[in-house]
Amino acid sequence: MGKKKNIIISALLLLALLAVIMILEQRLPATHIALTVLKKGCIYSLVAVSMNLLNGFTGLFSLGQAGFMLIGAYAYAVLTIPVDARASVYQYFHGGVIQFSVPVFAGLLASGILAAAFAWLIGLPVLRLKSDYLAIATLGFAEIIRAFFQWDVLGPITNGSNMLRKYPSFTSVTFPFLVCGVCIAVMVLVIHSSYGRAFKAIRDDEIAAEAMGINLAKHKRMAFCISSFFAGVGGGLLAMYQSSIQSQTFKSAMTYEILLIVVIGGLGSVTGSCIASFLFIACSEWWLRFLDVETKIGDFKVPFLRAGFRKVVFSVIIMAIVLFARKGIMGSREFSVDGICKFFKKRFGRKKEVKL
Amino acid sequence: MSNNVLRVNDITMQFGGVVAVDNLSLEVNEGEIVALIGPNGAGKTTAFNCITGVYEPTNGSVSFYGKQLLESHPRGKMKKMYKGENAGTYKKRLVPTPDLITKAGIARTFQNIRLFSTMTVFDNVLIAKHMRAKQNLLTATFRLNYAEEARMRKETMELLEMQNLAHLKDEIAGSLPYGLQRRLEIARALATQPKLLLLDEPAAGMNPQETQELADFIRQIRDEYQLTIFIIEHHMDLVMQISDRVYVLDFGKLLAKGTPEEVQNNPHVIEAYLGVSEEDA
Repeated sequence: MGKKKNIIISALLLLALLAVIMILEQRLPATHIALTVLKKGCIYSLVAVSMNLLNGFTGLFSLGQAGFMLIGAYAYAVLTIPVDARASVYQYFHGGVIQFSVPVFAGLLASGILAAAFAWLIGLPVLRLKSDYLAIATLGFAEIIRAFFQWDVLGPITNGSNMLRKYPSFTSVTFPFLVCGVCIAVMVLVIHSSYGRAFKAIRDDEIAAEAMGINLAKHKRMAFCISSFFAGVGGGLLAMYQSSIQSQTFKSAMTYEILLIVVIGGLGSVTGSCIASFLFIACSEWWLRFLDVETKIGDFKVPFLRAGFRKVVFSVIIMAIVLFARKGIMGSREFSVDGICKFFKKRFGRKKEVKL
Repeated sequence: MSNNVLRVNDITMQFGGVVAVDNLSLEVNEGEIVALIGPNGAGKTTAFNCITGVYEPTNGSVSFYGKQLLESHPRGKMKKMYKGENAGTYKKRLVPTPDLITKAGIARTFQNIRLFSTMTVFDNVLIAKHMRAKQNLLTATFRLNYAEEARMRKETMELLEMQNLAHLKDEIAGSLPYGLQRRLEIARALATQPKLLLLDEPAAGMNPQETQELADFIRQIRDEYQLTIFIIEHHMDLVMQISDRVYVLDFGKLLAKGTPEEVQNNPHVIEAYLGVSEEDA
């Protein structure tokens, strides 16, 4: 069947991608910017897909992603700092309360579970709201969580407003790729399951979905918790990537970055979110960096190029996308080999059609 | 009475000071096709919304196959504002959400079609199978429910074939022509395995020939699925042709009930529909 063939081809493509990454990792120097982009890009794709699950597939416009990432990052860091390093990390809090540490994978799992638990609690009041009001409420909760984690009283656990560091992190690119790959695969499975169909039904028409026997409260809460779980895992990975975290990092600006990725990639497209997050990270960390550097060609000083100009160009690009390509790169379609073949046939296969 | 499928007792729906449905009582018996008619704004759809849990009625109760399904009484501010009758009769507050009512066996269609317009015809019907499937998030995610999923898909396909929609199964629901969208909406309601089907103006926007086809179709599904059908309709010829009994609603109040012939000749009904000239009054 065509479906099976598609799955096999996609799996082969993914394996090839993994091989390319492994080769790149060995060939390029460890500090090369491309490796940074790959690491950060795949963490962002995980978070973007989790946001897409909520915004694009369930139609819940939530802006709490940074908050759940923060919970995930803190849960990971707090639980995995080695016992003998705790005295120096928690220097203002007498070594903190928690005097054990768990393995990396248990830490990542815990970060997801804790984020999902918080989401469940927050969801009880918040998910009764709709559209813009839901966005405002979730954004508010994310900010409250950020402030809450800086609170001095919680210092023995969260280290207050000081940095958390010395927890295990990764240097290879393969590790985040594998973790993110598995997480995204699970989300794709959810989206294509019976529950995913129910989510899409809620997005299309809440009243009709309810009339079809779908319990709105239960399914919305489910989508919210799944999305937060993976945002939490993403937060844990981001903590690993940065090798030290502070709740300052997880401002609402981070949610907007992810929302931007989701919109650029296309609401309702998993592959779109992934492609867009690599593009976004590559642009902001690498390809558009030259805009921030004052450049002289001979005696001629190139106008405008100075620190901060990158952000201006970035904003213009975003405005252009929102104005002229509202559906984003992929719309609600998915990237597939079949789709590529069809696309090229449409563009370049005209001559044959004329002959027929 | 054992063959009472739906029994509506003293349903009153008051929005602020406006009484949209006023003390409506009716019953629908097994295997019947019962119509609810009335001029625009009479409160027919509001009555439907009360029965299916979209609105919480201000007062009254609904029972389904003799089992109490819904009961409500004026609360809070409504206690003082309540204009209807029988305020003290109902004490309990039992207000299920629409999905529970669908699960109990009452399916409905909507006056303005509400399909899942970005999904395929097949998926639209498949959704209705979700609530009765034996599965949870884990088994569904990791495909441990494949037998259940296969059964759901098979039943959906059978239903589409019976409704002559099978050739359209991969079409996007929103792109279908109007008549087919209506048919699909009814098919989707049938997929929830209802015992009672509520149709809200199924013939709206149809020409006489399509209306005739719809009449045959409604009779056919009643016989095939052993359904009881409760229908809101404006097309008088359709109502007179298919319904066993008719209830007439005007300004939220029950104006008349009886067989189509009785209702047709009832002077109150004629007055409500045609108005009465000032000389006669």
